[in-house]
Amino acid sequence: MMDVLQILLSESFWAASLRIATPLIFGVLGALLCEKSGVLNLGIEGIFVAGAMAGWMAVWLGAGLWGGVLVAAGAGAFFGLIHAILTVPLGLSQHVSGLGVTLFATSVSYFIYRTALPNVTSPPRIEPFRPLDIPVLSDLPFLGPVLFQQTALTLLALILVALVWYMLNRTALGVAIQAVGDNPDSVDAQGLSVYGLRIGAVMAGSALMALGGAFLTMSAFDAFFFGMVNGRGWICIALVIFASWRPGKALLGALLFGAFDALQVRLQTEVGALVPGQVFLMAPYILSIIALVIAARKADYPRALLTPWFKGQR
Amino acid sequence: MTSPRVLSLNALSKRFGSVVANDAVSLDLHRGEVLALLGENGAGKTTLMNMLFGHYMPDSGGIDVYENGQPQPLTLGHPQAALAAGIGMVHQHFALAENLTALDNISLGSEPLFALRRSRDRVRAKVQGIMDRSGLNAPLNVPVGHLSVGERQRVEILKALYHDARILVLDEPTAVLTPQEADALFDNIGAMTRDGLSVIFISHKLREVLAFSHRIAVLRHGVKVGEMVTADADERAIARMMVGADTPVTAREPMRPGAPVLTLADVTVTARSARDSLQNANLTVHAHEVLGIAGVSGNGQSALAGVISGLLRPTGGSISVDGRTIAHPDPLAMIGAGVGRIPEDRHHDGIVGSMSVAENMVIERLDDPQVQRHGLLNRDAIAQNGQALSQSYDVRGPGIESPARLLSGGNIQKLILARVFEQSPRLILANQPTRGLDMGAAAEVGRRLLAARARGAGVLLISEDLDEILGLADRIVVIHDGKLVEVATRDREEIGLKMAGEPA
Repeated sequence: MMDVLQILLSESFWAASLRIATPLIFGVLGALLCEKSGVLNLGIEGIFVAGAMAGWMAVWLGAGLWGGVLVAAGAGAFFGLIHAILTVPLGLSQHVSGLGVTLFATSVSYFIYRTALPNVTSPPRIEPFRPLDIPVLSDLPFLGPVLFQQTALTLLALILVALVWYMLNRTALGVAIQAVGDNPDSVDAQGLSVYGLRIGAVMAGSALMALGGAFLTMSAFDAFFFGMVNGRGWICIALVIFASWRPGKALLGALLFGAFDALQVRLQTEVGALVPGQVFLMAPYILSIIALVIAARKADYPRALLTPWFKGQR
Repeated sequence: MTSPRVLSLNALSKRFGSVVANDAVSLDLHRGEVLALLGENGAGKTTLMNMLFGHYMPDSGGIDVYENGQPQPLTLGHPQAALAAGIGMVHQHFALAENLTALDNISLGSEPLFALRRSRDRVRAKVQGIMDRSGLNAPLNVPVGHLSVGERQRVEILKALYHDARILVLDEPTAVLTPQEADALFDNIGAMTRDGLSVIFISHKLREVLAFSHRIAVLRHGVKVGEMVTADADERAIARMMVGADTPVTAREPMRPGAPVLTLADVTVTARSARDSLQNANLTVHAHEVLGIAGVSGNGQSALAGVISGLLRPTGGSISVDGRTIAHPDPLAMIGAGVGRIPEDRHHDGIVGSMSVAENMVIERLDDPQVQRHGLLNRDAIAQNGQALSQSYDVRGPGIESPARLLSGGNIQKLILARVFEQSPRLILANQPTRGLDMGAAAEVGRRLLAARARGAGVLLISEDLDEILGLADRIVVIHDGKLVEVATRDREEIGLKMAGEPA
């Protein structure tokens, strides 16, 4: 018991939690943006893979790190556009299209990787984002190691939480996105384009999701592996519901999951002899399900989520 | 009318497939005028207005909006062009985002999308000015989802006025209002027309049309069949023009009520919102009696109907049918006890749209040996039953084997009536049975309900249409905020006050 307390009070535990949470923060913000406009994007898992691959490959081909980030976002927006065209003007099933995009984006990414590197056995490495060293801030007790010795992408994720919140709640664009996710007729009647808003939101959201993938190959690791996304996208879909479509709670949910994950790694080394390791691997997911069950009962779904809207049909 | 013209529709036509919704309809509107567009359901009123507002593209014809007395052709098929020309439309189904405040709904689309800041104060000042001038008041800072229907409607009108509408189109504006709210709305409209606004309102309520419009245009089967100055109009003539024939007036013969068929004793339903709850409801419906429940929608009607149909378990009180207390009121027990149900949302709760007309007619008696044996359906018997009922209840459509969702609203209702009345129920729960039906179909429903009453059934009629209740009910109970109060009077004014919750 003392050991657990010691873990919870350590800087390295919280730094690890935030690190693990970073791709989830990107992903959950992206999913939130799509769903706020009324479109569920189950392409997220594949878009993570595409972002991871595209960002890494751009850097490996000689682009700068931030260039890689831009390429990853562009790849995400591209797959978001495919999903948006299928589900918004064409009004196809968001579930089917999203799963299709996941399969498509995943296999295209693997295909490009294999075609570019046919004879490679160990994945080539790049020089990833380094942990920051900001004068004064990085030396603060506790906050320094937890917040300011992370990589720039983690800080970007935190900044994006605030930006997305501000955009949704304080700008005309955000109000319009919230309206189109609640009742598209309200937007149409005021002369705004339902299709334009939804396609834009899905593309922007997908770009954010791809940044979550890029974090994996450009910050957490330094190479691209098959299967490295490992369900993180699906976790984000659950976290959006947990967050009841609020950016602040989305951050909280991602951190909670990160903390569970960081805790299970540490517990495994503490009491690994007594309990099989798989139990610890399961723990974050089980705890997430429990948290979700509790939170989702009060979840405030965007009313028009999953409902296609067609121009001229009232 | 001596005031200048502001709008003219010139020979607008629109067909959907083989159905002609509008056939060369022309219409003029003058400054400061209130024009009532009358017609039965399906007469083409809403289609015409949707063409005006750019939701539909006309097949032929054109629209002119007058600027300083000069006609300017309106770009067709673009709501944005209609908005820019000063045309505002309030739909029957409000186009409001419920998660946003009234202020955000009003300003939606009027600010640049990609600006970093918003100018809410300017918006608020302008809306406040409009509210002061027109008398239309609504809370601006509460999410629209929390507002009453009347408040939402005012937000919709404010939205149009905020966009400097000179021509306002209201699609059945009073369908969801109490008589007092409706009168207040028309007062506000009067104030606005004195400021130069021109109004077209769609209605099928003759009373308000005669009371509040300057001019009346009547549509039937997509054709304009008449136009008159309201001052010269009389009710019978308009009704004949709408229907194309005299409507048979349903005569309610006095009857001596029999034994109680439904008794609610202190039935209470606790729900999250007051709208879905009932407080100590006491109610008795006798045989040979129609009991009317009058009230504005969202005052506990759905809870009352839910309890009687067995879909909602009351938190307190008891229900008895035919003198027997129902211990576990669930849908099966209530059907078994002899309750026939005509649900409020006939498309959603009344039929299974993907199943055939014939199947829908037997769906409440699947354990009947005539319908099934050893768990297998007797298709022949189901088809025969469907054929016979379709004939006697005049259900028209593509055939008894086609999916029920293909039927029109009126025919879906006839299907439900056939299913319910064939079981000779002791009690008929009729929840908004004529909503959305045209005069002919509504009269048919009324006639069937009175026939059931003559047969000895009790009828509980829940309706928002006070005229319907006054026409059919032997006794009237007003529902407000989940509380039931019986009224002895048959005075519209007094019942209206009770519906609004005032201690008259």
